[in-house]
Amino acid sequence: MITFANKRVVHVLTELGQIALLTKEVIASAITFKVAWRDLLYQIYFIGIKSQSVVLVTGAFTGMVLSAQTYFQFHKVKMDTASLAVVSVSMCSELGPVLTALMVAGRVGAAIAAELGTMRVTEQIDALRTLATHPIDYLVVPRMLAAQIALPLLTVESIVVGIGSGYLVCVHLLGIEPTYLWQNMLHFSHDVDLVIGLVKAFIFGGIIALISCYKGLTCGVGAEGVGQATTEAVVYSSITILISNFFLTLVMGKMVGQL
Amino acid sequence: MIEVRNLQKSFGAQKILDDVSFQIEHGESVVIIGRSGGGKSVLLKHIIGLLQPDSGDVLVDGENIVAMNERQLLRVRRKFGMVFQGAALFDSMTVAENVAFGLRRHDHFTEAEITKRVAQVLDIVDLPGTEDKNPAELSGGMRKRVGLARAIIYEPQIVLYDEPTTGLDPIVSDSIDKLMIRVRDHLKVTSIVVTHDMRSARRVGNHVLMLHDKKIYANCTPESLFASQDPIVRQFVDGVADAKENLF
Repeated sequence: MITFANKRVVHVLTELGQIALLTKEVIASAITFKVAWRDLLYQIYFIGIKSQSVVLVTGAFTGMVLSAQTYFQFHKVKMDTASLAVVSVSMCSELGPVLTALMVAGRVGAAIAAELGTMRVTEQIDALRTLATHPIDYLVVPRMLAAQIALPLLTVESIVVGIGSGYLVCVHLLGIEPTYLWQNMLHFSHDVDLVIGLVKAFIFGGIIALISCYKGLTCGVGAEGVGQATTEAVVYSSITILISNFFLTLVMGKMVGQL
Repeated sequence: MIEVRNLQKSFGAQKILDDVSFQIEHGESVVIIGRSGGGKSVLLKHIIGLLQPDSGDVLVDGENIVAMNERQLLRVRRKFGMVFQGAALFDSMTVAENVAFGLRRHDHFTEAEITKRVAQVLDIVDLPGTEDKNPAELSGGMRKRVGLARAIIYEPQIVLYDEPTTGLDPIVSDSIDKLMIRVRDHLKVTSIVVTHDMRSARRVGNHVLMLHDKKIYANCTPESLFASQDPIVRQFVDGVADAKENLF
């Protein structure tokens, strides 16, 4: 039992070390490497444009359920018109970036790990290396940059749709006075909430791309190896997003004086 | 010139190569033979730096590539082209994009020049007009030819072939052999071919290295290998297995 626990700890520490080394290589490559614009644009299309439907549905229904739930609680203390303010602040700094990142981790993280894992088991990554191309330059850097560009944009989209759908639920389904609802939302929402959300989205984009690329590049042999890498990419990305979100909230809250 | 010195490699507890040393001169055509799982492909991957040895050196034109990091290796690998056992074509790209990959990444050619060069090398490998096909639409032999076209388009000095005729019928194998000879003679490249196809070894190589029991067992010309009376060499050349006495 102790031996198993030891092995597990060593394995986790080894993986963390390897991801740190990969991060260092990616940053060095991104700084010095002339970005292949075609690859970068394709990855932005793949991560950003093709994630539209999941992000829109997630944002819309999160905004709707949050506004309804807030109304149910606030109605008891006659604070109905503050419902949309709660939706706005929550969507901007927490739910928008986190839920968008989780959805993108599920869709894009799995696809990246599966693609790179298949390339590894079919020797395509070795073929890249024999063609004097560094896999980090060609495969990881465009995905990383694209995820860090696409995630903030998707997050903004999710926030807008979430607030918009929350507004519709509040006004048309729950019958709240729209002028006070809107005024309270503007009064309690601040630019800094949006900035915090966008910074988080930028960091989450990096987390998804790094972990998914790492899992793909180091996947085991055969179909089982690719399947395991795909699963681990999604699970590890999601957990890392949730854990890092807590610390980012604390750190950025402290920085902007909310704590 | 390629020089391998005292190369040792293990995967876990299993030793694959033990004190392997040899030299390959410029322009030579060397065939590496040996039993399946005997370390031939592992040896080939050490020569181009895809694997790092546990100990020993690999010198390419006097430069020790074992001491190089991945980025330094990229420069040395410009001297190499490699044809993989499963062709390892990029399945998200067309044949033309696969073949042009090396040119697009590193050389400053115009699109017109790249298109012309791709057509030329596809013609060399007897696959004219296949530019727009996807790798999934190609047969095993065609995939290997596209892999060869991709490897030779930027005119490397050394071409490595990892079991180029494995899994192909005798007629396609023969065409691949002829292709390797044509590439060797026309482009004046050093060829290193890993195979256990003895007919291919006899036709393509002017030097043979036989790997046996983790070491270089024979280092000679194809003629002396085929004339050898050494029981281990004979058994491999004649393809005779040790039959089991009892089935169950």
